[in-house]
Amino acid sequence: MTDTASHAPIHLRTPGTDVHGAAPWSSYLTGFVMAAALTAASFWLASGHLLTPASLVAALVVLAIGQMLVHLIFFLHITTAPAQKTNILALLLTLLIIALMVIGSLWIMSQLNVHMMPMDQLMQMQR
Amino acid sequence: MSTMQLSSGEHAPTRYHPATRFGVTGFGFYVYLLTDAILFSAFFATFAVLKNATAGGPTAQALFDVKNVGLETACLLTSSFVGGLAMLAAEARRRLPLILSLCAVFLLGLGFLSLEIREFVGMIHAGAGPDRSAFLSAFFALVGLHGLHITVGLAWIIVLLIHLGTMGFSASYRRRLFCFSLFWHVLDIVWIAIFTFVYLLGVQS
Amino acid sequence: MFGKLTLHDIPFDQPIIMGTCAGILIAGAAVLGLITYLGRWRWLWTEWITTVDHKRVGLMYIMLALVMLLRGFSDAIMMRTQQALAGGGHLGYLPPEHYDQVFSAHGTIMIFFVAMPFVVGLMNFVVPLQIGARDVAFPVMNSISFWLTAAGALLPNIALGVGEFARTGWLAYPPLSELPFSPGVGVDYYLVALQISGIGTLLSGINLITTILKMRAPGMEMGMMPVFTWTALGSNMLIVASFPILTATFAMLMLDRYLGFHFFTNEAGGSPMMFINLIWCWGHPEVYILVLPAFGVFSEVIATFSGKPLFGYRSMVAATMAITILAFLVWLHHFFTMGAGADVNAFFGIATMIIAIPTGVKVFNWLFTMYGGRIRFETPVLWTIGFMVTFVIGGMTGVLLAVPSNDFLLHNSLFLIAHFHNVIIGGVVFACFAGMNYWFPKAFGFLLEPRLGKAAFWCWLVGFYLAFMPLYVLGFLGMTRRMNHYDNPLWTPYVLVACAGAFLILAGVVLQIAQLVVSIRTWRSRRDLTGDPWGGRTFEWSVASPPPVYNFALIPEVDGLDTYWRAKDAPGKPPVYEDIELPRNAPTGFLMAFCAVAAGFAVVWHIWWLALIGFAAGIAVLVASSWREHPEYVVKANEVADIERRARITAGSPVRIRA
Repeated sequence: MTDTASHAPIHLRTPGTDVHGAAPWSSYLTGFVMAAALTAASFWLASGHLLTPASLVAALVVLAIGQMLVHLIFFLHITTAPAQKTNILALLLTLLIIALMVIGSLWIMSQLNVHMMPMDQLMQMQR
Repeated sequence: MSTMQLSSGEHAPTRYHPATRFGVTGFGFYVYLLTDAILFSAFFATFAVLKNATAGGPTAQALFDVKNVGLETACLLTSSFVGGLAMLAAEARRRLPLILSLCAVFLLGLGFLSLEIREFVGMIHAGAGPDRSAFLSAFFALVGLHGLHITVGLAWIIVLLIHLGTMGFSASYRRRLFCFSLFWHVLDIVWIAIFTFVYLLGVQS
Repeated sequence: MFGKLTLHDIPFDQPIIMGTCAGILIAGAAVLGLITYLGRWRWLWTEWITTVDHKRVGLMYIMLALVMLLRGFSDAIMMRTQQALAGGGHLGYLPPEHYDQVFSAHGTIMIFFVAMPFVVGLMNFVVPLQIGARDVAFPVMNSISFWLTAAGALLPNIALGVGEFARTGWLAYPPLSELPFSPGVGVDYYLVALQISGIGTLLSGINLITTILKMRAPGMEMGMMPVFTWTALGSNMLIVASFPILTATFAMLMLDRYLGFHFFTNEAGGSPMMFINLIWCWGHPEVYILVLPAFGVFSEVIATFSGKPLFGYRSMVAATMAITILAFLVWLHHFFTMGAGADVNAFFGIATMIIAIPTGVKVFNWLFTMYGGRIRFETPVLWTIGFMVTFVIGGMTGVLLAVPSNDFLLHNSLFLIAHFHNVIIGGVVFACFAGMNYWFPKAFGFLLEPRLGKAAFWCWLVGFYLAFMPLYVLGFLGMTRRMNHYDNPLWTPYVLVACAGAFLILAGVVLQIAQLVVSIRTWRSRRDLTGDPWGGRTFEWSVASPPPVYNFALIPEVDGLDTYWRAKDAPGKPPVYEDIELPRNAPTGFLMAFCAVAAGFAVVWHIWWLALIGFAAGIAVLVASSWREHPEYVVKANEVADIERRARITAGSPVRIRA
């Protein structure tokens, strides 16, 4: 297979496609600033006692997802353009499998713990 | 691409056409990175299950130094940004900026790795090595796996720098550089998950 | 210097093992001698060892699978014989320490080194041809994948003569597989072999997904892909999603064993149950990795030999994708009895039953394909019909087991063993043999001898039922799996019948070997000169048998499903050939595998200096291969024209010139 000239500059290309994009360096700079801000927010929230534990978990999760999206969009140039359909589909399927594995494992293991005899009773049975 | 016509004189409609070499390589590497994400998720799931299994030993609150983590994060995020600049330099076929930015990525990555190794060695010396408890096994494996990937990335940068000398800005070289940039950005994404779920949430009481 | 390895690790005192090793060494020496005598080393190196052609790589996968089938099946015969002899107070001839290794090796080899390579080999050979491509996306990586799989297959065979194999069953559950309870090298051999071959499989998955999605012929939309290609896509999606989990889990066990980690140990907070959870997260998708391409084979075969298009293309595709996704929702049914409680068990039990539905859709589609067709009962069709009956029975016992309360009685009984052999043999193995008979003429240019093939089928079919139906009864009678000896007289008649069945299957295997030998000796009388001996519908039948190295002189333009079938009688314009660029051979795969075997063996025996050298050398080979300046070569247009002319195919018109 010959490598015919592709249209877009390589720093704008995303996996499997050759797509045009916006002005190059601004994408990286914007992404960097946004990611840095979200990261700083995560560290700041985690260090103080402004939020209840449950709210902190939720906030950190949201901020983490935000940072990941910034990376995907501004650094990896994954967008919802039609040429990127396969990339998005692959990403979503991966996320589905990760979710099934992580949530499934947590559910299963916690239920196993619930049904397991307490450790001290178990040790007594071994004597 | 040569084609075979099936009926007299008419071309079949060609809405789908096979991708270029660049497209094929890039997509294949992207799929590999998705599998790497699943690999990390298996370690994340295990960490989530075992994170309270401290076996009477040191806990996350006692061990983790959030300032250090902040420094590591700064190194990695900056290196991701500089990596983007490297791609711009490659597109503009400007050799010196490419070399300088790749070196900068290398140094920032090396900085990250040094901080992490120092953290690990400190923990092991304090009796909080991976053989102390299941929690620590899971921690060292997950964070260590990420560190291993960073190490591979650093070695890859060296190979890329050498190849620049021998191959120049050939199509093959630009494909590889593109794959490296995907790799490096995804490692930063994995780190986001690590510092959020392992460190920041871990030190909460 | 040699780590833990000493001369005492060779089991000189065990005659069965020593005899087997002697046999293997003698046979190996004979093969090497024959190659030398025929002066074929150069040919072997350039045509097979360093090839990056997907057709050759696919065939090597299948050859590996067939050779390993002999080893895995020998283990089966040993087990059946032991159980037949070991009833009523007798102890049989295999002591437990040896028997445990036999059943562990049997499962490991059959799944990882027979079924997987066979299926991957079929997909490798067929898919690029079916989608109108010249090769897979990453030909050198394809070669690496095969050779790493072969490296992984070699290690358990080395374990036969040097050291021991795992005694833990084919999935090596902790805490038995942890150091305190398995201090020997057996589990290490197992882990290292599967990590090496696992990398090969993962790379192969990435390769085929990229090929299918990015390299189809112009105009071939997803809805025009052959059904085998769709099932290959589903299977490879499962490979890339599940094999990382296998790699991670085995890595954790290796960390426990080598560096004293506590993932799955009994102490310091480890959780053996987490291993079982993770390993089945991989394990369930694994069986669908095997069975989806099997379904694809049957779809192709039944459509061709019924002379009709496959019934219900869209529902077949939908069912395939549904099975692919649902495969990730059922894994807990492998450990209902581990104690997660009624809620969890109910969820996974229901999900397991649901996954039977798209499979049922497929079965009905095959039946409707046959209905109203003119069926030609060639060998592949016999395997297909045998599959339809056998797999459905196995599937039904699966639904029975999917009910958690039933499973509590039948888990780890012979009922379970009967169920999974029912679906794997009836599904995957029968498909492999059907595919082998179906595509053999395409690969080699002559057909397999049909009468021996059909005789082999009947021996396999009757032998299978004799060997495994009694196991269902034994399961109900309370016999558990992996038993070395027993003393319940009620069980004995069934065990004996099962042993007879195993020997009937052995007859089938012998007949298959005979089929190969006879077919090769009399190949001229069964040549395939048209490229399309069966009247196929998909693109692989539009090229010569065997296909030229570039597959298609002119990449076809696709305008719908079964383009080749519809174009068969339509005349085309005279072809205009162009230069074709092809990838050069590469020794990378073979060399990396060599290093992997050395490093793997060294890791098993704690020979650290060798492990380091082997690992570094493997990486060095990979990095060095990235320096290749001109990895392609060109077949000039006039050469292409010559090849096509010699193959007596007129490109542009799929109508064949008869010899």
